[in-house]
Amino acid sequence: MAEQHSEVDRFFVREQMVEAMPPPGVRRGAGDWFRRNLFSSVPNGIMTILALLFLAWSIPPLIQWAFIDAVWEGTNREACLGPDVGACWAFVKAKFGQFIYGRYPIGERWRVDLVFLLLAAGLVPMAIPSAPYKALNALFLLVIFPVAAFILLTGGFGLRVVPTEFWGGLLVTLVVAITGIVVSFPLGILLALGRRSKMPAVRLLSIAFIELWRGVPLITVLFMSSVMLPFFLPDGVSFDKLLRALIGVAFFSSAYMAEVVRGGLQAIPKGQYEAAAAMGLGYWPMMYLIILPQALKLVIPGIVNTFIGLFKDTSLVLIIGLFDLLGIVQFNFTDSNWATPQTAATGFAFAALVFWIFCFGMSRYSMFIERRLETGHKH
Amino acid sequence: MSVEGAAGRAAAAGGGGVAKARLLYDPRFRSWAFQIALVVAVVLFFFWIAGNAARNLQQANIASGFGFLDVRAGFVIAETPIHYTDNSTYGRAFLVGLLNTIIVAFLGIVFATVLGFVIGIARLSKNWLVARLATAYVEVMRNIPLLLQLLFWYKAVLAVLPSPRQGLELPLGVFLNNRGLFIPRPVMETGGGMLLGAIGIAALATYLLARWAKARRMRTGHSFPMLRVGLAIMLGLPFVVYVLAGAPITFDVPELQGFNFTGGKQVSPEFTALLLGLSIYTSAFIAEIVRAGILSVSRGQWEAAGALGVRYGRILRLIIIPQAMRVIIPPLTSQYLNLTKNSSLAVAIGYPDLVAVFAGTVLNQTGQAVEVILMTMAVYLTLSLLTSAFMNWFNARYALVER
Repeated sequence: MAEQHSEVDRFFVREQMVEAMPPPGVRRGAGDWFRRNLFSSVPNGIMTILALLFLAWSIPPLIQWAFIDAVWEGTNREACLGPDVGACWAFVKAKFGQFIYGRYPIGERWRVDLVFLLLAAGLVPMAIPSAPYKALNALFLLVIFPVAAFILLTGGFGLRVVPTEFWGGLLVTLVVAITGIVVSFPLGILLALGRRSKMPAVRLLSIAFIELWRGVPLITVLFMSSVMLPFFLPDGVSFDKLLRALIGVAFFSSAYMAEVVRGGLQAIPKGQYEAAAAMGLGYWPMMYLIILPQALKLVIPGIVNTFIGLFKDTSLVLIIGLFDLLGIVQFNFTDSNWATPQTAATGFAFAALVFWIFCFGMSRYSMFIERRLETGHKH
Repeated sequence: MSVEGAAGRAAAAGGGGVAKARLLYDPRFRSWAFQIALVVAVVLFFFWIAGNAARNLQQANIASGFGFLDVRAGFVIAETPIHYTDNSTYGRAFLVGLLNTIIVAFLGIVFATVLGFVIGIARLSKNWLVARLATAYVEVMRNIPLLLQLLFWYKAVLAVLPSPRQGLELPLGVFLNNRGLFIPRPVMETGGGMLLGAIGIAALATYLLARWAKARRMRTGHSFPMLRVGLAIMLGLPFVVYVLAGAPITFDVPELQGFNFTGGKQVSPEFTALLLGLSIYTSAFIAEIVRAGILSVSRGQWEAAGALGVRYGRILRLIIIPQAMRVIIPPLTSQYLNLTKNSSLAVAIGYPDLVAVFAGTVLNQTGQAVEVILMTMAVYLTLSLLTSAFMNWFNARYALVER
């Protein structure tokens, strides 16, 4: 019988018992933590040392540049010239107003501040899960706030009219991002429902719309809305440049939103639809009361990711000549008053920091929501 | 009589009303009516914009149609992978732009994949420091707009590099300065074909050997030192041929002459910045996809493999990655697609890709916005539909077949 053992056994079956392992050592203290997490094996130790070398090579010069050698005060380029000068924060300080408001008239900037304040007032209680009156809050954010912001920013009703050419900086970034979000959310839901509709014409049109926008880069969409759209309008009708960009961004992001929502719709079991139909609910009450609340809850992380992508993509409007935050920072590099070797790096560092804070904040929030909604079904 | 007649009329009218009401509440009728109305509205809308466009183009005195593709372009393009002069046509310029897009997208995909896999696996490392570094990389890179990163590399890093005379000298004859990156260029001499042939034969031999080794291991359990033997074949055979054929491939190393380098291959700062930006930005997303894919393989798989005495690297390579790939591939493909589409940001830093050449220069010169934009969009749309078709095929092929 032993002879009969196939060749395989010789290579896979151990013939003696393995030696008993020594008892686990003391697992306490900093030394043990270092041993387990940084030097558990030779390759691990090498990686730790390489990582430490990398940090030693990269972090001190960065701190040197951003803080120790940086210039904080100054009124023009003189302050930031010199052989060993780091970041020129004086440039950011001098141009800060422009970075936030663009060329919005200085006397009217309180209106922008008020809009920012209203936005925060609507957004903060919306983001805190335990805050009450969610429905009223959503109504405020989706209906009242956009109207109020529109009137405050453009003027009219006794306020001085400020044409959009004068808007810029963070203001434009937020206007583009928030319009994209507010428009793309309902439009995306409609498109997602359309894509899953039983009516062939509706389904095909929705698929065509979604795939068309998702298949092309945002740049070409923006080019299209800035170059091609004027040709499509009848004589005498012309859109504002900012509005044209907004239309492009809104369509573009609603296609992405539609795909996220569709994911949620697909995850709802068929029984929910059947039960709702059995209760005699029509299509819209079924969607509004039963399906969408469950589906949207499932895809909150995806929705927030779309928002983050949209927020980052707003920077592309600078290519068609709008001055969003990145656009206005770049524009100010040409100011000969501040032409120093460090200006570009400092400006980009500032813009990057602002974008990063917004995007990182949103992604952390989505992780928080994801954890809150987790039901514990994990392997 | 009159009463009966009135009642009859009333009944008939009532019946008609019910029939009408029935029709109005008939789901099939409603669905068809709605769809017909929708299609008619869409068609009318397109007629309306087409009419407007025709009238506006006529007023602006802009030609229409694709005849402009055969017209002499009259502008030069900085980087041309195929022959192109200012005497070439707009159609040729379109091709140059398309090829430049494909080149940068392909290289970007290769670098982003390698970097993304390394960082994704590093994020799951047991080494605390390595995992934290990888996390920091991902969180920084994916939360800063790509356009900002591109402009940063181009304007704040590459543009402020010293001039060629004071430029950086990197190992292996590579030079970096504000004119771009200079790398040695391989030059084929007589017998170079033999070397390429040897590389081909070595690759084929390694592939066949690997197949044989795998089949034998499946049958008998004998392992074969495939890595070492494969490396020996892949490096050894070409080396032997290289020596025997008398060094048929030499390298043209860039040399400083006067104010610039001659010889070698010059990679423009625009291309370098675009490739760097695209690879780094996308690699952060790929790292997250890889991490999610690996985490999606249940812990039991790790434990079972560990209980069988398989080593860490082998568990990862033989058990975890093949299962994780099923989860990784679909989002990975869409990242590749994103990278291709994002390469259109080249227009911001002046790399002559499809959008910069065609939707930029050509559009400005001809004014044929509708045709130019439609062609540009059609290219990206085709790429993306092809990719999603591939993705659907792949998904269908590798989806878990459950009993």
